[in-house]
Amino acid sequence: MQVNENKEFRPRIVAFCCNWCSYVGADLAGSSRMEYPADVKIIRVPCSCRVNPMFILRAFERGADGVILCGCHPGDCHYSTGNYYARRRMTMLFSMLDYLGIEKERTRVEWVSAAEGAKFAATMNEFIDTVKNLGENRKLRDLRCKE
Amino acid sequence: MQRIVDKINELFANGTVDRVLGWKVGEFSYDRTPYVFTKEGGLDGFAYDSFCANNLSKYLIAESRKEGKVLVLLKPCDTYSYNQLVAENRIKTENVYTVSIPCKGKVDVEKLKAMGMTGITDIVENGEELTVTTLYGDEKVNRCDVLCEKCLACQKTAKECDEAIEGEAYEKPHKDRFATVEELEAMSPEERFAFWRKELSKCIRCNACRNVCPACSYIKCVFDNDNSGIASKANTDEFQENMFHIIRAFHVAGRCTDCGECSRVCPQGIPLHLLNRKFIKEINELYGEYQAGDNTESRGPLTSFTKEDCEPSIVYEKGGK
Amino acid sequence: MLKISMENIDKLYAAIKESRDLFLPIESAGQVQFAEYTDDAVVRLDVLKTVKSAKDAFFPQSEDLMEFKVCGKEIDVIPPSGDMKEFVIMGVKACDAKSFEILDRVYLKEPIDSYYALRREKGLVVVQACGRPEESCFCNVFGIDATAPVGDVVTYLVDGTLYWDAQTEKGKELTEKIASVFDNADANDDAKVEASKAETKAIMEKLPFANLDLSRFNGENMMEIFKDERWNELYKACLGCGTCTFVCPTCQCYDIKDYDTGHGIKRFRCWDSCMYSDFTMMAHGNNRNSQMERFRQRFMHKLVYYPSNNEGIYSCVGCGRCVNKCPISMNIVKVIKTMGVTDNE
Repeated sequence: MQVNENKEFRPRIVAFCCNWCSYVGADLAGSSRMEYPADVKIIRVPCSCRVNPMFILRAFERGADGVILCGCHPGDCHYSTGNYYARRRMTMLFSMLDYLGIEKERTRVEWVSAAEGAKFAATMNEFIDTVKNLGENRKLRDLRCKE
Repeated sequence: MQRIVDKINELFANGTVDRVLGWKVGEFSYDRTPYVFTKEGGLDGFAYDSFCANNLSKYLIAESRKEGKVLVLLKPCDTYSYNQLVAENRIKTENVYTVSIPCKGKVDVEKLKAMGMTGITDIVENGEELTVTTLYGDEKVNRCDVLCEKCLACQKTAKECDEAIEGEAYEKPHKDRFATVEELEAMSPEERFAFWRKELSKCIRCNACRNVCPACSYIKCVFDNDNSGIASKANTDEFQENMFHIIRAFHVAGRCTDCGECSRVCPQGIPLHLLNRKFIKEINELYGEYQAGDNTESRGPLTSFTKEDCEPSIVYEKGGK
Repeated sequence: MLKISMENIDKLYAAIKESRDLFLPIESAGQVQFAEYTDDAVVRLDVLKTVKSAKDAFFPQSEDLMEFKVCGKEIDVIPPSGDMKEFVIMGVKACDAKSFEILDRVYLKEPIDSYYALRREKGLVVVQACGRPEESCFCNVFGIDATAPVGDVVTYLVDGTLYWDAQTEKGKELTEKIASVFDNADANDDAKVEASKAETKAIMEKLPFANLDLSRFNGENMMEIFKDERWNELYKACLGCGTCTFVCPTCQCYDIKDYDTGHGIKRFRCWDSCMYSDFTMMAHGNNRNSQMERFRQRFMHKLVYYPSNNEGIYSCVGCGRCVNKCPISMNIVKVIKTMGVTDNE
């Protein structure tokens, strides 16, 4: 993220969205013309469980200031149980990031169903505010990726 | 040691086993190399003492696929690694004969060096006292002061093996294995970040921690896979150091038996066990006490779930300041 | 010869820093490494062996080679800037100093490696005679005198005083610049240095590996050694990690990799290890598929191939780092002892 002294800091957010719920939820937010900043880059994944810890780290490597994972509500996974595994996995990853001294608020998991367009937009707005307060991600990025 | 040798010779003689995975003497009295002894070659150079720290279980992935039966000597902590490998179907158990052997903790020569001893040519053990001969004179140290980090917090007792060789009673040191993890957790994020930067920046990416780890038993590691986009071979940036160590620890989370080999072999003395123990501690607290390698059946905590599991947001409430 | 008390040693560092970058053995998180000197650095000239050798100064573990910027259909190739500050590396021991000569034979031969050559040109080596050799040292086997290291400036650390003796033009030029921090050493000091050298030599002679026999590695038994069955025994416990390679002062293999930054490519090279499964990986695959072959390669290179290409000079300086650091305690000493005698002896 370029920090321009004249411009306010606009965090880069990467949102991994599961194909069956959250991506549709995001779509609904869009088609219902609910507003959330364009700084959120959505990456569609087949299931929240597809997200490997490496994906999160690599998003930070490339300059993300915050990474959010959205999937179906527990119990509603298209593949029955994928999000239960994702839940444990992300809990572990987030506590490890915190352990290494990296701001834990930069990572988040939120369950968004296909009908929750409003929740998607609200979640993104809230997350962006949180990350904005934290400022630029400096601890977990590869400086070579800086433009 | 004599009882172990006798037992092996007996099993050689009655045809139970063809080979033995053990330790061989080296150039110094404290230098031991894992070695496969054969029935024909005999036990020439065999050793088992306070310096046989290597966990031999990982060698079984290859050894158990060879012809004939291999006997493996497992210290209490190694029996857990063995179980874990069996649980993951990495060992052909029909070709393995397991023998558990007693252990009173292993001596870490690096700790002697950290005490300022240089030029160590010989270490003689006399009960709880070690006489260290160096090029610059002899010194005496208490054995308990120079045990491997992994042995200080070891409360493991041997799991069931084909044969058990019992040792004399031994009172294990009582270090709380999570004490340092808790200390780190109590620090501020900035302090923690500084601590890990200092430690991880020493990493030379030799992969010794990964290659020695019995839980890292994949045929091809993601860090060796050129198509993964992260196989950089060197720490070209701070990020690479962080990522390698987070992912290494993550890949063994829920499967790590806390055998401590990673920290022991690190040429840079990075306390890698603190990463593994953090995961173990979190798993214990959030998903119930779990000891990897306790048996060969149970599913690991990260390959199972309950519907009532906590949400990842729990991390915002717990952990350091 | 000049001298400076260790109490005032910071003045020497500061004086050198005025005109050049300075690298010293510095302790951080319990380990000593060659690193750039800063005011709060804990300098450990008294430590015999840094974990990694001094070769990083001339052949860093990773180094940027060039950059590519992609703009539409255009590709810009951006070469490295080429300007580098002159630097001094201090506290280099005799074994590491000798390793530079071994690296030179690889990198300064045609085609000259310009990155390495630039660093060699800009770098000034201040060597230090060894005071307390360790059990794993065997530099004397390769004809190295631990008390008479080769470099631009030779130093001796005796009884809290650092003695400074410039050897080359480069060394004398630096010495003139910083002469004000030194006192002149007298005959009494010379005697002290000589006494310390004699003491070290006496220890060197009785080191456990002082009499390693290299006679079988004379360039005539290449295939015999290569085909020796005993490699199968030696390699067995090898984990295939790169510890021995990365702590070694003479290992010189590297890999070139591209890092995609999202808006361009950064090409870098980094140390590689022949112990790794993807070492010298080519389109057709790998030419050494088993760990035995990889293990054998490392030692054949050091003891047979390199000498046969370099007038019999071995690619090992006997620093003993691999002896100390190998996770399974298999090392070049054990290889020399095993392969140094024929099978039927």
